[in-house]
Amino acid sequence: MRGRRETDSMQAINWASVFFLLLAGLACAFAIAVVVTGNIVRMAFYLVLSLAATSGLFFLAGADFVGAMQLLIYVGGTLVLLIFGVMLTSQAPFINMRTGSGELLIALALGGTIFGVLAFAAFSIPEWRNGELAAVGPSLPSQTAGPIGMGLLGARVDAESIDDDKAGYLLVFEIISVHLLVVLVGAAYLARAKRRRDALPA
Amino acid sequence: MYFPLANLLTEPVGVAHYMVVGALMFVCGVICMATKRNALGILMGIELVLNGANVNFVAIGSPYLRGDAGDIGLDGQLIALFVIVLAAAEAAVALAIALNFYNSFSTIDVDRADQLHG
Repeated sequence: MRGRRETDSMQAINWASVFFLLLAGLACAFAIAVVVTGNIVRMAFYLVLSLAATSGLFFLAGADFVGAMQLLIYVGGTLVLLIFGVMLTSQAPFINMRTGSGELLIALALGGTIFGVLAFAAFSIPEWRNGELAAVGPSLPSQTAGPIGMGLLGARVDAESIDDDKAGYLLVFEIISVHLLVVLVGAAYLARAKRRRDALPA
Repeated sequence: MYFPLANLLTEPVGVAHYMVVGALMFVCGVICMATKRNALGILMGIELVLNGANVNFVAIGSPYLRGDAGDIGLDGQLIALFVIVLAAAEAAVALAIALNFYNSFSTIDVDRADQLHG
């Protein structure tokens, strides 16, 4: 009887859910590992793995371009920047910096409470519990890069139900482009090599 | 009472499952920001928080997860892209500030940054 139940469940396994469980478990486990470990180098490594697993979740949700950008910009750019920062400042007393266990306990209690509230709120909305893949199957765009590019240029081609007066992200795209340029110039100005001052006495 | 983990392998996942992942990354990032003493550890907590928000945006905008509950097109994915760009900008500036702090004070411990005048 037990074997028959297992075969029944084997036939009904939803492989998208299995991959979701795998990737979500990886992302969550490495996110928790970032919090738990005290070594800054290991924190950076776990963060890379967590963000890479999250890009897998994006691919699974049908967001192929965002997943690729997550890998390219986040994992390949931002975290490499952070790892350079870790390497530049990793003197021996700063690699392992422990927090007091009392503070850690309070933070864990508060975080667990927030997580419980958020998870309960997410599952308390019935429309969000189950996806219905079969209902939307053939009408989906298979690649999102083209519609995303058109959306950034101000022309929405992805959804017919969107009105014309709220369509397009051209202004936002220009603003974040100039913002990124200004910020990078400012960061290069801030981090420029200059004569090192004497360290303040501890 | 609805048990979300009962039929997880046989039912398709929905927005709520993604939101739980996003909530866990958000909470991990907040705990990271609150408890780490290394300035770069705090930066990593910020990255985790932004990434949890990104998971929520992509899940809300995904037609695979919402079914036919509502078609919002690619809005969620576009906003997720903007969040990624802003996270890159934030990381660059914060890292420059952290390196400046390290050059000035020879430490990266944020508890020592209690002196407003450099």
